[in-house]
Amino acid sequence: MNMSYDKNVRLMKGNEALAEAAIRAEIDGYFGYPITPQSEILEYLSKNFNEEDGVVLQAESEIAAINMVFGAAGSGKRVMTSTSSPGMSLMLEGVSYIAAAQLPCLLVNISRGGPGLGTIQPSQADYFQSTKGGGHGDYRLIVLAPNSVQEMADFVFDAIYLAEKYRNPALILSDGTLGQMMEKVRLPEKGSLPKFIPDWAAKGKRKDKERNIILTSAVDPAVMENLNKELQKKYALLQSEVRYELNEIEDAQILIVAFGLSARICNKAQEIVKEKGVSVGLLRPITLYPFPSDTITKLSKKVQAILVVELNAGQMVEDVKLAVNGNCPVHFYGRMGGELPTPEEIYFELKKIIDEQSIEK
Amino acid sequence: MISECEIENLELVYKKPKTLTETPMHYCPGCGHGVINKVLMEVIDELNIQDKVVGAAPVGCSVFEYRYMDIDMIESPHGRASAVATGVKRVNPDLYVFSYQGDGDLAAIGTSETIHTVNRGENILMLFINNAIYGMTGGQMAPTTLIGQKTSTSPYGRTVKNSGFPINMTELISKLDGAYFVTRQAVHKPNGVRKLKKAIQKSFEHQKENKGTCFIEVISNCPAGWGMTPIKSNEWLEENLIKMYPLGDIKVPK
Repeated sequence: MNMSYDKNVRLMKGNEALAEAAIRAEIDGYFGYPITPQSEILEYLSKNFNEEDGVVLQAESEIAAINMVFGAAGSGKRVMTSTSSPGMSLMLEGVSYIAAAQLPCLLVNISRGGPGLGTIQPSQADYFQSTKGGGHGDYRLIVLAPNSVQEMADFVFDAIYLAEKYRNPALILSDGTLGQMMEKVRLPEKGSLPKFIPDWAAKGKRKDKERNIILTSAVDPAVMENLNKELQKKYALLQSEVRYELNEIEDAQILIVAFGLSARICNKAQEIVKEKGVSVGLLRPITLYPFPSDTITKLSKKVQAILVVELNAGQMVEDVKLAVNGNCPVHFYGRMGGELPTPEEIYFELKKIIDEQSIEK
Repeated sequence: MISECEIENLELVYKKPKTLTETPMHYCPGCGHGVINKVLMEVIDELNIQDKVVGAAPVGCSVFEYRYMDIDMIESPHGRASAVATGVKRVNPDLYVFSYQGDGDLAAIGTSETIHTVNRGENILMLFINNAIYGMTGGQMAPTTLIGQKTSTSPYGRTVKNSGFPINMTELISKLDGAYFVTRQAVHKPNGVRKLKKAIQKSFEHQKENKGTCFIEVISNCPAGWGMTPIKSNEWLEENLIKMYPLGDIKVPK
């Protein structure tokens, strides 16, 4: 995909940049329900989406919204929804159907602290829910984790591109801070994502064609197993789309692995520790599914320790440990329920590791 | 089975609509679903809209109706067919869209979607098949099950104390401003089948006018779930269900 950008640099909220990017990605429809901290997406689209270009509909619930997405995506249109953690839980039944029916669509979770009603502050506690399927059955979402307002806009295009390429729902997993904070952004221009009419879409049976049925059920378990095999084959192909960012990885003695907002905070901690003479690298997974396991495996053979930092009780750390497979010690530091760590907190964690493992300066 | 070609055209007075597939139906003997599926396809044939229609199938006895209807369809999650239909229609305003749901689907788990779809006046046809029982899952109590009616989850008869009252969804729906045409029909007699066919015809024609939701309840039987012969079930339907859910137009366009 060749993206071109606006010349103007704008100051925008993450949620608004994402919504404007959705307009520029030429979506045909948005179906959503208000929930903090993502309501600006629905508000921005309600105000700025041109009626002739499609529909913006405030549904009666997240359950209805995701099923509207299901219907509209089933008819071959480019559609999306957005929500925050408790709303995502409600949508997951529908997401499982969309994944089973192999329909492309864009999902956005501007996540917040949980469990339960939780807080409206940022959290990464939906990592498991996002990357392990979430709803019932063996399915996966394509998951992209932005760490800036710029990426909130860019990843709309990337997610739709991947969703349509693989006929799979794609999720942007962000958080309350990235949704609410304002930063400089250059918006992608219209026209980067060409539209096509898929031949599988349910949009009226053509005279010369077989009917299209969007289906997720099978009476015969052999048929259902075959659908599962098809899905697994697709997920294997998806591994080639893995994306991550490396920072100061040369000669790193300790590797931090962090995604999204956590990675931003870890960047600062890296600067502090650098002044103290220990070399700390950072790997930021950009796609959480597919996960950059191979790269983590390779790096785990070079560094003396890995520190995983997340805004949860330790979720991605499980995937990191699987990739490391005992090659080096894996430490974890997390804050929960909407709290954010300061760079100093992370520095102290690094210092603990340096002392415990006697890592030489 | 006698196929059409064996009968000369001059003698042919009745035939299977061409949008009804050759697949044998899974419905139990005497069940109303088969008749309703057929009538719906007859109308689609006669209006010549096979290439412009999309249906949202439910979870329930009609979950496999896409096998019998030679049209594009989406199999919806339980209770959400009207939301799925809304999604299709909103991004394809030129299509004819219908949802087809049973009483558990539309009047229990999908109540919220049902009410809000009609309240927004979505330009779709909603078909509501009410047989006062969950047929597919083996005969459990439905929201429309009558007081005293025995089901596998009300083995001593439904009581108000435990389960409240049978819900009269169609009258409720008719009070919403988004509802354009609301009617209740039954298919246990030939004249009822003819009336249902007219109602479906009208509903598709109204869809072109963008006036709001057309809602058709069809009172149907469930011989297997009710534990009756087909003939006995039709008698029971007439004596009990229709008393509770009287037939006729409830809201007609002015």
